[in-house]
Amino acid sequence: MDIIVCMKRVPDSAAKITVAGDAKSIEQDGVDHVISPYDEIAVEKALQLKEAHGGTVTVVCLGVAAATKEIRQALAMGADQAVHLKDAGGNRGPLEIAQALAGVIKGRACDLLLFGKQSIDADNGAVGVMVARLLDLPVVSLVAQLDVADGRATVHRQSEVGTEVIEVTLPAAFTVQRGLAEPRYPKIKGIMQAKKKPLEEIDAPAPAGTMALDKLEPPAAREGGRIVGEGKDAVGELVRLLSQEAKVLS
Amino acid sequence: MTRVCVFLEAPGGKLKKSAAEMMGAAQGLGGDGTIVEGIDAVLIGQGVTTLADDAAALGADRVLVADADAFAHFTVDGHLKAMLKAVAASSPNVVIFPASTTGRDLAPALAAATQSAILTDLVELKLTDGDVCAQKPVYAGKAMATVRGSTDCVVVTLRPNVFEPAAAEAGKSAATETIDAGVTQDDIRTVVKEVLAKASEKLDLTEADIIVSGGRGLKGPENWHLVENLAEAVGGVCGASRAVVDAGWRPHEEQVGQTGKTVSPKLYIAIAISGAIQHLAGMRTSKCIVAINTDSEAPIFKVADYGIVGDAFEVVPVLTEELAKLRT
Ligand SMILES: Cc1cc2nc3c(=O)[nH]c(=O)nc-3n(C[C@H](O)[C@H](O)[C@H](O)COP(=O)(O)OP(=O)(O)OC[C@H]3O[C@@H](n4cnc5c(N)ncnc54)[C@H](O)[C@@H]3O)c2cc1C
Ligand SMILES: Nc1ncnc2c1ncn2[C@@H]1O[C@H](COP(=O)(O)O)[C@@H](O)[C@H]1O
Repeated sequence: MDIIVCMKRVPDSAAKITVAGDAKSIEQDGVDHVISPYDEIAVEKALQLKEAHGGTVTVVCLGVAAATKEIRQALAMGADQAVHLKDAGGNRGPLEIAQALAGVIKGRACDLLLFGKQSIDADNGAVGVMVARLLDLPVVSLVAQLDVADGRATVHRQSEVGTEVIEVTLPAAFTVQRGLAEPRYPKIKGIMQAKKKPLEEIDAPAPAGTMALDKLEPPAAREGGRIVGEGKDAVGELVRLLSQEAKVLS
Repeated sequence: MTRVCVFLEAPGGKLKKSAAEMMGAAQGLGGDGTIVEGIDAVLIGQGVTTLADDAAALGADRVLVADADAFAHFTVDGHLKAMLKAVAASSPNVVIFPASTTGRDLAPALAAATQSAILTDLVELKLTDGDVCAQKPVYAGKAMATVRGSTDCVVVTLRPNVFEPAAAEAGKSAATETIDAGVTQDDIRTVVKEVLAKASEKLDLTEADIIVSGGRGLKGPENWHLVENLAEAVGGVCGASRAVVDAGWRPHEEQVGQTGKTVSPKLYIAIAISGAIQHLAGMRTSKCIVAINTDSEAPIFKVADYGIVGDAFEVVPVLTEELAKLRT
């Protein structure tokens, strides 16, 4: 079974995000980057499926040159090969990212195409479904359980409806949710092997500019920090504030 | 002139609360010299024909209805086919979806199929010089981005509970057109076999006006009556921190935060939650935040409008009692 996982390089979820002077990007100093957490879960699941059923795992990443580090991380976890779509800059909306990814995936052997449910920087939750659509693959989002047998996948999708049990014939695409797998830490041996694994580098197409980022700013500050009081004696005042000042108890 | 197409979600034979907000946002697009030429509402589902009047009452000029058994469950294959037909009939410049689990799938599928720009999870939407201009939180709410889509048609998803709902005017009428997408089970490659653990009948967290969330400081699932009783007293729903979900005390649907749900209720009460950055990511846009925590240094107090430093086991029952009194 040939599995392709799309993974993005993002600032660590605990990183302090500061808007840079250009008001369009963030300060990079002191910010650690990682494989976007849901994508890391997708890589782990792909490895587990490969271990159970045989086949290959290819990771595809559209990102700046420095993303080589996160790509090597996925190879060290156990992926067989990688494609790095090198981004030379410019703003890319989900449509352009999806078009670029679909462009390199098309024509490659792929029974299962995995994405994170969303990247933790852009927070769009769009690219996976878009790539699937561009490749005309069936797609299920928010997958928290995934089993493969006889060329079919049975998955659990966690939606607002509840947990839906869905069957689909492969090839198919999935966006993954937490709970699907616990990412492994690469072992020394894996890290050594990763250096020799095939890493194909391709220049990403220039962005078409269908989506512009006009401005980035810090979120509106909350005037927090007002302590009403201590212990149960403060309850009366809190209730008064909620009903008369905040007026949220109607 | 701008034509707007709005997807109204209607699971279980009723318009969702977000429907009025989506219509409100569509109506709000006027101004700035732009004329909204018409608003088409789209209903896709099984047995949704009867909801056309409700959509008209919310201000739709025309209601496009795709009603078929094949739409009983949401699937990208089925719903996209109907949505493409609706968009062909409407030729919109903007297509609006709620940022629900359905909208978050259908919107990107439509954007990819029509090669349109997509702007997601918006908290503000307007037209500027003919472009669709919007604001969305990025980096889990640690920054706010102003974004612009410039394709002929732009697809957007709007965060629930943020936009002013359109007022329903009973008796308003609209032309209703049936969309025959000809979708049958054979078109649907992802077959929904069954629904396990049906979400409770209670309002979904992302749409709730009031949320009461509990954290690890509550010591164990046996103490959750504290959270539940308070939620009951204020007419809210229950949420939880990840620590609590990971410990198996509460189901994943209740998790608020970066890897859980993003919520913007009118009132968010955090009980025994420290306020880790990933938790704040999911609730910092709440209109009013209340925190109850024994630790006066807990980061949750930095975002809370009102805080009580104290033991939840002592404070919450009294608060519950006082709030219950207020409602009777
Ligand atoms: C990639 C990533 C994603 C994450 N995503 C999420 C997410 O989506 N949502 C989320 O919530 N977390 C998330 N986390 C976890 C987050 O970092 C915190 O670990 C978590 O939010 C802590 O939960 P908590 O506040 O319930 O527990 P704790 O941090 O243990 O806090 C318990 C609090 O209870 C207080 N307390 C104790 N006893 C009492 C009492 N009797 N009365 C009142 N107060 C009391 C304590 O003072 C303390 O402040 C994520 C972490 C990572 C790394
Ligand atoms: N630049 C990228 N390179 C590779 N995969 C990506 C990229 N951007 C997004 N993806 C994939 O698409 C998913 C959803 O991303 P997003 O729509 O940005 O939330 C991510 O979890 C990744 O699996």
